[in-house]
Amino acid sequence: MTEEKAKKTLKPRDKTQVSPAVEQTRPGKVFIPDVDIYETEKEIVVLADMPGVTPEKLNITLKDNVLTLEGEVDPLESKEERIIFKEFETGRYFRQFSLSHIIDQSKIEANLKDGVLKLVLPKVEAATPRKIEVKEG
Amino acid sequence: MRWTAWPISLRGAFEELDRMRQQMERLFEDFSEGILREPSFAAGVFPLVNVSEDNNNYYVRAELPGVRPEDLDISVTADSVIISGERRIPEEENVSYHRREREAGKFSRVITLPGQINTEKVEAKCKNGILTIVLPKAETAKTKKIAIKSE
Repeated sequence: MTEEKAKKTLKPRDKTQVSPAVEQTRPGKVFIPDVDIYETEKEIVVLADMPGVTPEKLNITLKDNVLTLEGEVDPLESKEERIIFKEFETGRYFRQFSLSHIIDQSKIEANLKDGVLKLVLPKVEAATPRKIEVKEG
Repeated sequence: MRWTAWPISLRGAFEELDRMRQQMERLFEDFSEGILREPSFAAGVFPLVNVSEDNNNYYVRAELPGVRPEDLDISVTADSVIISGERRIPEEENVSYHRREREAGKFSRVITLPGQINTEKVEAKCKNGILTIVLPKAETAKTKKIAIKSE
């Protein structure tokens, strides 16, 4: 199964643009980053593809249990360059997730590497499953 | 249908049309991939690239988040560049996935440049998930300025 997956040929996907509920004040395109989210016993991990974003231009905020990922990409081309052809566009990234109370919001860790953001959201102690031993007698 | 109901249903109709258009495009992409695949500038081949130029160089850029340099292979000919490689996403064990949108797999792409390049001096770098290849133009491909003499 894993082997099969590794041999798959990648197809391009157009970046999905955000259709905002409110109009934005700044011009430019806003895209939704692709994410993987998985849960282990102790934490929830979010992996988001945000190519071109530097740590300085990445904002992760948590307010009222809403996790917001916001990143900005500077134009890749210098001013002297003329475009011959363009298949992808760059702009901002924006995505929000609502988190439940089981996340220990003070211990969230974020790491950005090669355009992939890894967010580790640890669960609070009470939410990690405990095995209850059943005694006989 | 009442007149007041118009704007809403109209929007719905447009959305439906848009969906249909997208489906048609996808269908056509699948179709063209099988029959009409071209070695260069063809849509439907990963990764998507941007090509630009200035007076001295051509620039080829591609978004490759999470692709390690050792999994990337770049080769050049006199007027083209081939980007191939594999995007690996490690399968986590003993976890439950909530969402899986990121894709892994192999890719290969040939990009034909509009002019000849100096293959000896091509440079490639990966930064923040964006691959940039700088291909210096061969002397023949450079734009020359002609000085006009006044007599």
